[in-house]
Amino acid sequence: MRNRFAETFYELAKDDSRQCMIVADISPAGSMSRFRDEYPARFINTGVAEQVMIGMSAGMAQRGLRPFAYTIATFALYRPFEMIRDDLCYQNLPVTVVGIGGGLSYSTLGATHHAQEDVALAMCVPNLRVLAPCDPLEVEAMTRWCASQEEGPVYLRLGKAGEPLLTADLVEPWLFGKVRKLREGKTHCIFTYGVITKMALSVAEELEAQGISTSVIAVPTLKPLDTESLTVALQAHSSVSVIEECAPHALGLEIEALSQRVGYRGAVSAFSLKDEFIHCYGSHQDVLSAHGLEELSIATQIRAVIR
Amino acid sequence: MQSDGVLRAAVASKSSIERCRQYRRRILNVSQRVTALHIAPAFSCTEIVDVVFNELMRHDDPADIFLMSKGHGCMILYVILAERGILTDGDLDSYCTPNGRLGAHPDFGVPGIAASTGSLGHGLSIAVGQAYAEKLKGSRSRVFCVISDGELQEGSTWEAIMMASNLGLSNLIMIVDNNDFSGLERVSIGHPTVYPIAEKLSSFGWSVADCDGHDAAELRTALQSSASGRPHAVVARTVKGKGVSYMENENLWHYRSPNEVEYAKAMSELSEPER
Repeated sequence: MRNRFAETFYELAKDDSRQCMIVADISPAGSMSRFRDEYPARFINTGVAEQVMIGMSAGMAQRGLRPFAYTIATFALYRPFEMIRDDLCYQNLPVTVVGIGGGLSYSTLGATHHAQEDVALAMCVPNLRVLAPCDPLEVEAMTRWCASQEEGPVYLRLGKAGEPLLTADLVEPWLFGKVRKLREGKTHCIFTYGVITKMALSVAEELEAQGISTSVIAVPTLKPLDTESLTVALQAHSSVSVIEECAPHALGLEIEALSQRVGYRGAVSAFSLKDEFIHCYGSHQDVLSAHGLEELSIATQIRAVIR
Repeated sequence: MQSDGVLRAAVASKSSIERCRQYRRRILNVSQRVTALHIAPAFSCTEIVDVVFNELMRHDDPADIFLMSKGHGCMILYVILAERGILTDGDLDSYCTPNGRLGAHPDFGVPGIAASTGSLGHGLSIAVGQAYAEKLKGSRSRVFCVISDGELQEGSTWEAIMMASNLGLSNLIMIVDNNDFSGLERVSIGHPTVYPIAEKLSSFGWSVADCDGHDAAELRTALQSSASGRPHAVVARTVKGKGVSYMENENLWHYRSPNEVEYAKAMSELSEPER
């Protein structure tokens, strides 16, 4: 995801002098390094100083530039949270805050580096649109959209590196504010977004193997939510679940609320990170497992709810 | 709106002393419509905003930018914007009412307001971004940013101070309204290591001047003494509540509006010509 973001940004920014990259002491890999070398005035490293990264981005956007503020998700969103709220969102400025390693991607670095509440937190703030791509193709489409839109701030939650392509076979392109059906089923529907989408697809396969026909719908735009399509999806399945790599206050809560609003009678299960700090160091999956997110366990729990 | 030339002539025909007396009176008039506004913080930077706005800023081709980082001092900005026709008298009269558009802190989108401020420690970072953008665009616009000395206690202010000199923002002029008060107490008592301010800024790569922040001539000189290639700071020694004897250095007036008797006394003090 990181590389695809950098490649896409480079392609856009070389032809658009309004595009700027403001980073806070994060190594510019790949195309980002090329951008820095070729357009040094539009690549600014504020150093270990995230508040000025966001404040500067606001000022630059007010004067007609289109900044991306880019660093590790915890430092991009949590440290300068009030600057994001007041400077970007209250003033409604077209700045994209890019959080690298959203969720538990930095799995060996401990909770200081786990952006485990980022999506939930970002969804609370007025004017802030929240995007979480599931694969590099969505990263590219979203980066293009972020660079071209003028309406206001965006939080773009990326993973890290090595994420597989999950949307290559989809006919419809990614569109802002729209869900995407990754897998067609009849009985159960899983809603998901971000890096954990790969696990959601495996859960669907597991359920299918056990005779439960399962859809998977990606919700790459967390705010504004595509409630119309989500409602249609609820009504088309006899049960639904949410699998998300975030604290239990994000999409799961929204789907539960939506199902109540529309009088949905099927079972709704939500699988999220625990409302806890986990002192576990290992692979990404090791830390997800410590939060209770494993494909077999989730499939078993869904089956138990359905039967 | 009056043309800039006509207005400049009209404003320039008065001395800064006369203008500032009128501004303070206008603020006191607004104070009789609402129970609370930040009078004293506006009075401490009245001469600063007057000299910057009426004597130093370019208002067209290209326009300079004025950013009130100490958003609670915005009344002085509002009255000057109204005098220039950028805001209206109606705007001032509807201050802090549901039908108006002016609140106790400035709001980006209102004419003449460069940034929504109010939470301290935000404005200078925004000003750094604005100044950098103007440089990147090859514009000659300068950014004037007024911060409070209390804002020097915010870490974010120092991030911006470092970044401004790292980027060589010679088009950024910061004025510290050094009235020695924050909300609770005197800065020199509660946070004495903020001082000396000028030396700190200088050691962070800024060109620095200090002056009496209520003396227009001193302000003019200090504001124009910048060194090339560096951001410029003016540490302006001011008095919170300046101009009304019973408000000066009395933190009660950070937020309170005077009652009828107090109002009359303040207006009478502000009607006497300065000796």
